[in-house]
Amino acid sequence: MNSKLTRRRFIKGVIFSGAVATTGTGFYLANAQQGAGSAERLITLNINGRARPVDVLPSETLAYTLRYKLDMTGTKIGCNRGECGACTVLIDGVPNYSCSVLTHNVKDKAVISIEGVKAADGTLHAVQQAFVAENSPQCGFCTPGQVMSAVALLNNNPRPSRQEVRQALSGNLCRCGAYEHYINGVLRASGQLA
Amino acid sequence: MPSHDVMPNMELYQPVQVEDALAIADRLAERAWLVGGGQDTYGWLKDRAKTTDAMIDLSGIESLRGIRESGGGIEIGPLTTLSEVASNADIQQRFSLLADAAATVASPQIRNIGTLGGNVSQDVRCWYYRRGLSCYRAGGNLCYADTPQGMNRDHSLFDTSRCVAASPSDTAPALVALEATMLISNSSGEREVAAEDYFVGPANDIESTTVLRPGDILTGVRIPATWANATFYFEKVADRNVWDFALVNIAAAFKLSGGNIEDARIVAGAVQATPRRLTGVEDAIRGHAKNSATAESVMELATDGARALAHNGFKIPLLQNLVKRAIA
Repeated sequence: MNSKLTRRRFIKGVIFSGAVATTGTGFYLANAQQGAGSAERLITLNINGRARPVDVLPSETLAYTLRYKLDMTGTKIGCNRGECGACTVLIDGVPNYSCSVLTHNVKDKAVISIEGVKAADGTLHAVQQAFVAENSPQCGFCTPGQVMSAVALLNNNPRPSRQEVRQALSGNLCRCGAYEHYINGVLRASGQLA
Repeated sequence: MPSHDVMPNMELYQPVQVEDALAIADRLAERAWLVGGGQDTYGWLKDRAKTTDAMIDLSGIESLRGIRESGGGIEIGPLTTLSEVASNADIQQRFSLLADAAATVASPQIRNIGTLGGNVSQDVRCWYYRRGLSCYRAGGNLCYADTPQGMNRDHSLFDTSRCVAASPSDTAPALVALEATMLISNSSGEREVAAEDYFVGPANDIESTTVLRPGDILTGVRIPATWANATFYFEKVADRNVWDFALVNIAAAFKLSGGNIEDARIVAGAVQATPRRLTGVEDAIRGHAKNSATAESVMELATDGARALAHNGFKIPLLQNLVKRAIA
């Protein structure tokens, strides 16, 4: 039996029975069924430039959707409380903690995750190449988040000072303490370290 | 207590117009939880320390965002992010006190989504309360922080009443110093409240830190021209420069005339459940030179009436020294 099909059929039922009356009046009701088990709603996200239809719970976070619904496990969940930065993604170009954003909040926005920073032919992003060259990661768990913060910085500020790099990466914790190596990596990616 | 990856299931309302948000808030009343950036909300819900039937997500309401000129001062939509407040040229130029305060909140990513309205309306910090224990503030009948074994280095020096938790907002003291007013709407109309009166201590209401009631939505923050281009000082002291809440912060505005202080407003945060205006210090420095001699002569007034708990005694010299630095 195909469990996904069954789930979709159930979801369709919820959407049709619940929310229809209110959708025309200027607001959007994601879940009309109070206390109804998994009342997911099918929405389409823009992730790494691709349209991704996905069933989303009202209270689901973007990190959860990326990892457990879309199998994009490059985004790490460290603390799940907005206190570590491992889950950083870009939402409309701005770094955000995906563990602390509702998936329903990014419906109309462009999300870039770590899977989306490399070139179409698979070439690593300049930040990723520089992190390899500088041996920036130690255990590597925080690295996807560090890459995303660094990419956002260089998009807005191609030649940042060391202090600006420190500031931009300050929302990404590294328990190995490899901060200086990450900062060197960002400076190398910006062409300021040979 | 187990840690949960996801929040419990609930209804989610995403209005795009204020009128719809007010109608939903009115209809759901106590059943609903207002969410701006959600940076205080999601922890409560993930930890199951608080629950709600429904979230009203205000972040899609464009009219509650943005910074505009208003009667010589400015009006800031409460959904404006802290990053936008910190980087806005008008705020930086005329009310840099608020820009400086917003720039010290949490981390870059949190400032990118956390809102001004949420930062000033956030709940108090107390690890017992946020653990979901049934303390006074949570409707119970004891305070876990103010016991012989209680850990309370982050807690209040002033105006405790059963609850000793402190509000750590960085922008709230700045708004009080700038004589901002808060615009509050509900289904029956709109009212304007001085920032100083927006915050509520435990003696008056132990379960809420603001005057907002079910059905109310903060719809505007107005900063009058009164303190535009004044001499400002903001400083936050925290364990780490990123993420951590203030142990004490200070927001001060001075009007100077020939080196003398004509008028001043000095407000401290994280020393009680609301921003604390240091009126004793303000009165003592009016008419005096803004220098270190004046600062040293008045710094101790800042802690008149302070009652230290077992582990937060360091906040007394810390507050005094921040006042000294602000005036010197």
